Amino acid sequence: MASIFQAVGAAAALSSSNSFDSKKFYLSSRKSVSERKGSIFVVRSDGRMSSGRVDKLVTNAVATKADSAAASTASKPGHELLLFEALREGLEEEMDRDPRVCVMGEDVGHYGGSYKVTKGLAPKYGDLRVLDTPIAENSFTGMAIGAAMTGLRPIVEGMNMGFLLLAFNQISNNCGMLHYTSGGQFTIPVVIRGPGGVGRQLGAEHSQRLESYFQSIPGIQMVACSTPYNAKGLMKAAIRSENPVILFEHVLLYNLKERIPDEEYICNLEEAEMVRPGEHITILTYSRMRYHVMQAAKTLVNKGYDPEVIDIRSLKPFDLHTIGNSVKKTHRVLIVEECMRTGGIGASLTAAITENFHDYLDAPIVCLSSQDVPTPYAGTLEEFTIVQPAQIVTAVEQLCQQ
Amino acid sequence: MSLIHRSSSLLKPLAAGPASLLRRPFSSATDDDATKITVETSVPFTGHRIDPPPRTIDTTPKELMTFFVDMARMRRMEIAADSLYKSKLIRGFCHLYDGQEAVAVGMEAAITRKDCIITAYRDHCIFLGRGGTLLEAFAELMGRKAGCSKGKGGSMHFYKKNGGFYGGHGIVGAQVPLGCGLAFAQKYSKEDHVTFALYGDGAANQGQLFEALNMAALWDLPAILVCENNHYGMGTAEWRAAKSPAYYKRGDYVPGLKVDGMDVFAVKQACKFAKEHVLKNGPIILEMDTYRYHGHSMSDPGSTYRTRDEISGVRQERDPIERIRKLILSHDIATEKELKDIEKEVRKEVDEAISQAKESPMPEPSELFTNVYVKDHGVE
Repeated sequence: MASIFQAVGAAAALSSSNSFDSKKFYLSSRKSVSERKGSIFVVRSDGRMSSGRVDKLVTNAVATKADSAAASTASKPGHELLLFEALREGLEEEMDRDPRVCVMGEDVGHYGGSYKVTKGLAPKYGDLRVLDTPIAENSFTGMAIGAAMTGLRPIVEGMNMGFLLLAFNQISNNCGMLHYTSGGQFTIPVVIRGPGGVGRQLGAEHSQRLESYFQSIPGIQMVACSTPYNAKGLMKAAIRSENPVILFEHVLLYNLKERIPDEEYICNLEEAEMVRPGEHITILTYSRMRYHVMQAAKTLVNKGYDPEVIDIRSLKPFDLHTIGNSVKKTHRVLIVEECMRTGGIGASLTAAITENFHDYLDAPIVCLSSQDVPTPYAGTLEEFTIVQPAQIVTAVEQLCQQ
Repeated sequence: MSLIHRSSSLLKPLAAGPASLLRRPFSSATDDDATKITVETSVPFTGHRIDPPPRTIDTTPKELMTFFVDMARMRRMEIAADSLYKSKLIRGFCHLYDGQEAVAVGMEAAITRKDCIITAYRDHCIFLGRGGTLLEAFAELMGRKAGCSKGKGGSMHFYKKNGGFYGGHGIVGAQVPLGCGLAFAQKYSKEDHVTFALYGDGAANQGQLFEALNMAALWDLPAILVCENNHYGMGTAEWRAAKSPAYYKRGDYVPGLKVDGMDVFAVKQACKFAKEHVLKNGPIILEMDTYRYHGHSMSDPGSTYRTRDEISGVRQERDPIERIRKLILSHDIATEKELKDIEKEVRKEVDEAISQAKESPMPEPSELFTNVYVKDHGVE
């Protein structure tokens, strides 16, 4: 009998936990997050799950801006910064920790990065370690992968994720598959990161959501950050991972401000984030749409609904443990994503939830996605392209009536 | 021999509107067309695997005035776009061309509308040169219905099919293979026309450029690859991105010409020469040595990687419009005041286009779904 094997960060979690040097970082009161090394779940076709480890559901509500004070660690006040600074902090800490970590991309060095994520790093680490590449995405991505094969740990910055389409072959065939095709001889501990998503009237070619194109590549992990806290944590985790990781940032989230801990911490790559526990409905989202969902949540709460909001964070693989527990509780699922309807993360997530938790659903899964159109330049049309909070409210109301 | 010629009728008030600026009441129009003025390009051309064209060029007062007006219009359009951007009427990315006008105008003067031009995202002025109107440009920049792409494209996606302008492209370098495709089609259809595929010094390091060039050379396509070398790929200077910044030589087996891109006559001469060459011999590379006064885009101040002295130095020594102004004045084709009046007219023209553009409505919501597929073909 065929079993549906959904390895939730299986091999990845094991290998990344092996590479953690627990002496090198100490844990704050958030240790339940950082310690979780992921579990293997084999989900059989009859819906039963067996797990290698039983984990408590982690309910740290990493908050949006307004609630940041409440969510901060109790021990130390921490420090406030913007999301792009959090990314930089994570990057710098890892570069200090491991001399094999290096950065390459367009205008990352002397210019400081077009979104300032690498500002100040070139003067500190030098021009080779923070490398200004020519405009040659296909080849410098390939170069990074080649360097990684020998043990370097490069971080490739796509100035805009959309430019990495030029490097698709390198990312798919070399980055994703070399570990497999070499029978495990080579690891590719590369991080590919950059801003994507629909911005403010950036035009069709600069508003892409590459997570939907990359999600089928075997061998890579994909995460999307959405707060300064998880941006730093995911950056560090991605750099330490032995697998290639694609870290999706969003053009419109770089200036989010949050208070983050002073102590070192790492976010688990394969783990979803509980943003707001609730009872009535599970809303799954990630990246910028998290904020549209939370805006809708305010309205929903006023109308008497109790939505559970989960930022899935890990786009590949999905954290079906967290998601499953939520579905078992609420029995209704709404997915809110920025990908286009066809072939997006939402489409895959819908399939995964249906396959694994069908028995627990009281209603069909609803997936709100962007329209299947190139992102138009005109502001009003661009607004219609993506999911707005009002649509989320309507969808929840409709779902909860069933 | 040039005639010293003054016309008092130049002082007559000019009627509003673009066309009238050129239907200027010269007292003896035929004289101005026939009057030959010989100019010399600022520097001689440098050739790679080719004998460069001569640096002396013949022109007429009419052509000089046309160059002046066209470049002044382009300059004004870009400056106005800067203000519109700062007032948030233009959003997203906006890459301005001021400083580089001579390339657009010189190229246009050497070719016909049946020849094709394709470029990257610094496309507003090329669009104008290809017959695009100020209204279409500003409306597109503001995302309105009257825009050349109905407001759906934005700054980086201007096109004009009936003007032979193929855009308008956001991804660096991607337009060059497209350009070779245009040339392929021209050869395929046995037209006697050519394609100018423009790219920047940053894009010169894209692999697809060399792939396309190899194919164009292999099949003798009438493709002219024009590197608009403004010396900076966003924040990175050419010497930091290219082992060999002699872009006109990088075609290796493909001949090349280095041109002073701030000299409209040099550009015109080079493009004329290139067109004749490629129709017989296959591709050629033109490197236009030019400069942008603005930063890479409106999000880039342009001063973190270049000194203000450099920018003002170029403006003083090599500004394309100033060069033509000096020529016009030294040949007594118009007075300083007349030229200033023309600039005032141009400014008025631009302001009127902006007002008109502002009145154009935003696209209908239904436009979100049109033009994804071809209308009436299956899906739409």
